[in-house]
Formats: sequence, structure tokens, C-alpha cells
Amino acid sequence: MDRFRMIFQYFQSNSESVMNGICGLLALASVKMYTSFDFSCPCLPQYNMAYGLGIMFVPPVILFLCGLILNRQSLVMLEEWRRPQGRRKKDLAVIRYMCSSIMQRAMVAPVVWIIVTLLDGKCLICAFSGSMDPEKFVGFANVSTAQVQQLLAKVPCKDDELMRNNTSRKAVSRYLRCWSQALGWTILLILIIAAFLARWLRPCFNQATLLQARHWSNYIDIEQKIFEETCCEHSRLFAHKCILHFFESMRQEIKLHSFTLPREGEGAEGEEDLLCGITDQDQVNKLLKTWYCEKPPLDVS
Amino acid sequence: MDKFRMIFQFFQSNQESFMNGICGIMALASTQMYSAFDFNCPCLPHYNLAYGLGILLVPPFILFLLGFVLNNNISMLAEEWRRPQGQRGKDPDVLRYMFCSMAQRAMIAPVVWVSVTLLDGKCITCAFCTSVPVETLGNASHPRLSQGEIQRVLARIPCKEIYNGQQLIANEVAVRYLRCISQALGWCFVLLMTTLAFLVRSLRPCFSQAAFLKSRYWSHYIDIERKLFDETCAEHARSFAKVCIQQFFEGMSTDLVAARCHLPRKAPADAGEAAEKLLGITDWGTMNMALKSWHRCKPPLHLYPPALPSGNGWAGEGQPPTHPSAPRRETAAYYSWV
Repeated sequence: MDRFRMIFQYFQSNSESVMNGICGLLALASVKMYTSFDFSCPCLPQYNMAYGLGIMFVPPVILFLCGLILNRQSLVMLEEWRRPQGRRKKDLAVIRYMCSSIMQRAMVAPVVWIIVTLLDGKCLICAFSGSMDPEKFVGFANVSTAQVQQLLAKVPCKDDELMRNNTSRKAVSRYLRCWSQALGWTILLILIIAAFLARWLRPCFNQATLLQARHWSNYIDIEQKIFEETCCEHSRLFAHKCILHFFESMRQEIKLHSFTLPREGEGAEGEEDLLCGITDQDQVNKLLKTWYCEKPPLDVS
Repeated sequence: MDKFRMIFQFFQSNQESFMNGICGIMALASTQMYSAFDFNCPCLPHYNLAYGLGILLVPPFILFLLGFVLNNNISMLAEEWRRPQGQRGKDPDVLRYMFCSMAQRAMIAPVVWVSVTLLDGKCITCAFCTSVPVETLGNASHPRLSQGEIQRVLARIPCKEIYNGQQLIANEVAVRYLRCISQALGWCFVLLMTTLAFLVRSLRPCFSQAAFLKSRYWSHYIDIERKLFDETCAEHARSFAKVCIQQFFEGMSTDLVAARCHLPRKAPADAGEAAEKLLGITDWGTMNMALKSWHRCKPPLHLYPPALPSGNGWAGEGQPPTHPSAPRRETAAYYSWV
């Protein structure tokens, strides 16, 4: 239990950790989305390319935008960028640092989608089966030009009546899948090498500036959080005071208008009771009605 | 157990987190509802469109309204909107902020439903199967059927078991075509919604940040003020009830003394507080009378300074006392800051 609470608090306290957590969740969501999505290639000549490439590139854009939306730091960065200068100078290095860290995190889920798509192969088979050279495959070599486009377009659909027992279909499919997986692994390798180099070589360039930028970007984030918390506290105290003033003013009004003799022992006002002089059904009703019809002004001076 | 309490407290403490939690739950509920729903296309020419579009558009509308209903802040918004101005001005920015944030949260579940429906494809297949381009996809050399016949045959596309137009157009071809269109529409819809959300969120700091901070503060303030007022009223009601009941028992005690000409038995000095708490009601018969009187004739909602003997536990109306000579000390014990 304590361990859980500690982990929870750790993630909450460090905003970078929270961002990393969200990033990881989005990557997992991207894989889950791909596996639960029912890919069905239309197997028609003009539609295949559009569908295949659409499935490969549109969801990454969506995931990228989601990554930007869900990242609190992007709002903080925008505010810092657009605020009037006032008495605090704006440091472009900090804004650049924040921007690059946001972009890097937002790119993870789209890249995961694209790589999973390529390694699976269905998208590329669907998109490029119509662009194959029929001469290379025995089953399609002797078919008329008009027909061959139709046939090639049907390659991704295994259950189609024309394709069910066609061995050349399998050949085309395997060929395209091989290319797709090779592309996928190559991209993955390049990205990992790039990430590795970036991380290893970064300390060689401008380490001091980097430390400063990171410190101040954390500072801006924390400052904003604390400002929001302070505003919440303040509005709670403000509300408390306002309501007490309201009850007090009701008590005075009642004193003025009613003929109840003042209670003895005014000295005992020190034990201020919760009833605030409101001791009667009508008085309570009047208090509630006044609360609705005439809210007290926002002034507790 | 502790874990749940902690998670619950976290969501509760931060009002916005709580709303986000509800929002997420509704989105999950919407996906669950869709997968649990048994879609049954009627496979008849004019009914298909109505059914398909109905399933696509009516549940999102219901989910949208539900999103508003489940949001506690809707009553707060209505109250703030309709209250008389009184001594406190009304700020339209605050109202707009509250409405926008509620509407944004309520939109999530309907958007999820529409996306899932489009990406699944059954609705669009059912609704538009009669509009499939038979000339391009089907068998052009098929003997001419009348338009009505063709419509009837095409309407059966979603129902594979009764489809009899395999010569006109293959079932799989038509289904794949419609599904492709449906999924393309679905992804475009999701892209559009995400872009809109992104623009709304990122353009705000560029244009009206100060006004936004102001509206957010005052809308939180209104919420907190309402909660605190409710708490204060509850405290007040508790004290009111305490004093009311206290005065009822005292009234009973006084009446009994007057009726039976008993001298109130002085409790022995060392019996202390416990004897005091008995309020002079010390036997079975008296207690029964007190209970019956409480049921038959509740005291008026009018507390007056304690003035024994004013003995009116059974009286219908209370009157302000003529000489408040009773020492406050006796009731001081019952005024406590709870």
C-alpha cells in the first residue's frame, strides 16, 4: 500500500515522469488500436492505394495531435511564448527546449503505429499489389492487361473466389510482405541509432545551456501548478469569509426588524454560536431566499 | 481498500480530474454499449437507411444529453444564469466558460460512438447498400431487372444468408467496398475532431489567456461557495435542531412539574452530568408521554431564549418571553462549535 502510494506520488510530483507515463500509455494504446482495428482492403484497382496509405498515415497524425493535446506542458509552453514580456524576460532557449521535448514525446506513438503497420505488412500489400509487375509472377503473366489490374488488386483478399487457390497470389503477397518488413526493421534501426547518438553526443554540445533550459522549464511548470493551487485555496477562503459576512448581515437585519428583546449575556458573544441569531423558521426561509435572490457582493473588506 | 480510497480521494479533490474521470468512464461505456448491442439490419429497401442512420446518430444524442445530466455543474450553471442580479453582478464570460467546459466533456462519448460505428462499418453497410455502383462493381451483362427488383436484391447485401444476387454483384465485393468507405469516413471524422480539439486548446493561450484565467477562477469560486454554503446551512440546521429538541424536553419537564406539583428532585451533588442530562424525565411513564408528545405535537420552529417556566412543550404557538430571566448557563452546554 505504501509502495503504491509512493509510486503514485512520485509520478504526480515530477511532471516529466507524468509526461513519460502518458507517452507510454499512448504507445500502448496505438498498438491496441491497430490490433483491434479490422483491416479490410477493398480489393479494387483505384481504392487499394488510397486505403492502404491512408491507414498507414492518417492514424499517426491523429496520434501525434493526441500526444500534443494530452501533454500539459504544451499549454505551459504556449503561454510562456505568447505572454507579454512584463517584468520577466523571455528566454527563447527555454521555449525551444520545451518545444523539442514535447515534440519528441508526441512522436513516439505515431512511430510505433507506422512500425507495427510495416512489420505486419497488410497495409503495404493492400496499397502496392496493383503496382506489381505481372511478368514476374507465373499466374499473372498471360493475362490480358485489363484483367491483370483487376486480378492484382484482388491479391490482398484471400477469400475472394478468384483468388482462393491462386499460388501466384501467395507469391505476390509474400514478396510485398518481405519488403514491408524489411522497411519496418530498417526504420526501427535508424530511429534507435539516431536516438542513441543524440543522447550520447548531447553532453558534448552546450551542456550548461541545456541544464539551464531544463531547470527553468521545470520551474515554469511548477510555478503554474502552485499558482493554480493557491488560487483554489484563496477562493475557498474568500467564499468562507463571504458566507460568514452574509450570515452576520442577516443577523443584523433581523435584529433591526424584529422585536425580540436582545438576549441577556451579550458578554457571552465570545462563544459565538452557530445560530447567528437565526432561530426561527421564517428567518431561515428569509435567509435562504436572500441567498438566492440577492447574493452578497464579492467584497470581504 | 486504501488504494481505492486514495484514488477516489485524488479524483474528488480536484474538481477537474473528477469530471475527466466521468468523461473517460462514459467513453468506455459507449464502446461497451456498442459491442454489446446486437445490430440487426432489416435488409429491406427503405428501412435500411433509416435503421443504419438511426443507430449512427440517435445514441450519440442520448449520450450527449447523459453527459450533461451526469455533470453536477449543470445545476450550478442554471442557478447562476437564472438568479436575480441583486448586489452581485453577473459575468457572461464565466457562464460561457462553464457551459463550454461542460459541453466539451459531454461531446466525448458521442464522438467515440460515431467513430467506433464508422470504423466498424456495419451501419454504413446497412444504410447505403442500395446505393452501391452496380455498373462498376457488378456484372454488367446481367439480364435487366426492374429498378425495384434491383433495390430489393441490393438491400439484402448485409444479410449474407438470404442474399440472392450473387450474379448481379458479389456479396464480398459490395461489403468490402462499403466497409472501405465507412472506415475512410471514420478516420477522417476522428482526424477532424482531433484537429478541432487541438486548435481549440492551442489557440486559447494565444488570444485570451487573461480572460480565461479570470473565468476559471470565478467559476471555481462559485462552485466552492455553493459547497461551503451548503455545509454552513447543515451546521446551522444541526444547532437549530439541538436547541429545539433541548427546549422541547425542558418544556416537557416544566409541564410535568406544573401538572404534578412535584418539587423537582434535586439531584445529589455528586451525580453530576449524567443526572443533568436526564432533563427531569426519570421514569417510564414520563418518557412515554414525552415520546407521544414529540409525535403528536412537534414544537414550533421557533427558538426563543430559554426562560423557565415558560412551559409550552405542548403549546402550538410560541411567544416571545416577557422576562428572559433564565440563566444562560443552563443552555450554554448545548451550543458547541461542532
